[in-house]
Amino acid sequence: MARLWKNFANGLWNENPTFRIMIGLCPVLAVTTSAKNGVGMGLATTFVLICSSALISLLRKVIPDKVRIPAYIVVIATFVTIVDLFMNAYLPDLHQVLGLFIPLIVVNCIVLGRAEAFASKNSLISSILDGLGMGLGFTWALTVLGAVRELLGSGSLFGYRLAADGATTIGIMSLPPGAFITLGILMAFMNMIAARQKKRATKEVRP
Amino acid sequence: MNLFLLFLSALLVNNFVLVRFLGICPFMGVSKDVDSAFGMGVATTFVMVVAAAVTWLIETFILQPFGLPFLQTMAFILVIAALVQLVEMFLHKTSPALYKAMGIFLPLITTNCAILGLAIMAVQNSYNFIESVVFALAAGLGFTLALVLMAGIREELRFADVPEPLLGAPIAFICAGLLSLAFSGFAGLI
Repeated sequence: MARLWKNFANGLWNENPTFRIMIGLCPVLAVTTSAKNGVGMGLATTFVLICSSALISLLRKVIPDKVRIPAYIVVIATFVTIVDLFMNAYLPDLHQVLGLFIPLIVVNCIVLGRAEAFASKNSLISSILDGLGMGLGFTWALTVLGAVRELLGSGSLFGYRLAADGATTIGIMSLPPGAFITLGILMAFMNMIAARQKKRATKEVRP
Repeated sequence: MNLFLLFLSALLVNNFVLVRFLGICPFMGVSKDVDSAFGMGVATTFVMVVAAAVTWLIETFILQPFGLPFLQTMAFILVIAALVQLVEMFLHKTSPALYKAMGIFLPLITTNCAILGLAIMAVQNSYNFIESVVFALAAGLGFTLALVLMAGIREELRFADVPEPLLGAPIAFICAGLLSLAFSGFAGLI
């Protein structure tokens, strides 16, 4: 039980794909102009991660070692196409905004990375939990980044206006440069928190 | 003239890395020194041009006539993966020196989202064959430009006194932000 929890929680903080391992950063920067877009992109990726991890875990003894990467890519591309068509049908507005980055989930290193590093070696339940954890870790990172940029760039949060009428907002935050700068600063914050945690841990060991 | 505008737009105004956020992984991963940044840029440009040509042919002569546009993502990524492998083998046979210079970067290119993004974008904008190839060339050169500029900055950064939490990736991202800010000055160009 504890092991399963560990599989799940790993992606949330210790191996958070965005802030700690720093993979799959293209959508992180591109779609986080608002918190809502961040959530949408995160959940779409989470769905692909869970499904592809589950299927690859089930097929791990069937897929020959030599052609495993193309096989994984086909599995992932299938689920990405499902998400793409689904969002086009039921969430057309979000699909319009995320645009190119939905099909690009195929080349998101997180998905292929988890398939290769985790799902191809672990049981079904662990792989699903790992996919869920990684996906949610990715989602919260996108949401935080989107929220910060939306708040500073247009003075609102999840579409609700918070800033007073006529208040000056930092327009650059919703533009491409804002994405790089916000991510850089957030990463620095995460590093600070991690360093503090580490310090505390060593103190506890040696009182 | 139209082709020239397309070229300029993909190269500077809508730079793939700094404005469209495609290919961030190699942008951050391989921009530690100018030489390898340039090698990666050239290899990527090469694959981009070939991939744009091949995916255009596949889209026009296979996917569209047979009504299979939903297979686009899958077909393109497999073609790109195969293409990268082919380019690798071809270079290995014909020009071992170039292969050695590019060697490590070539397999990385499959997972570069700029390539798949470029192929899909060319279809979405319904470019013809020549336009697709020009678009790919400009995108590749823009990618190389961004990568080399970033590598230059990071070489200088090594001697800067950076606060501890900002060391490594965070400061690189902030620099990329400033670079992107500079590139947004090109917006009035077209």
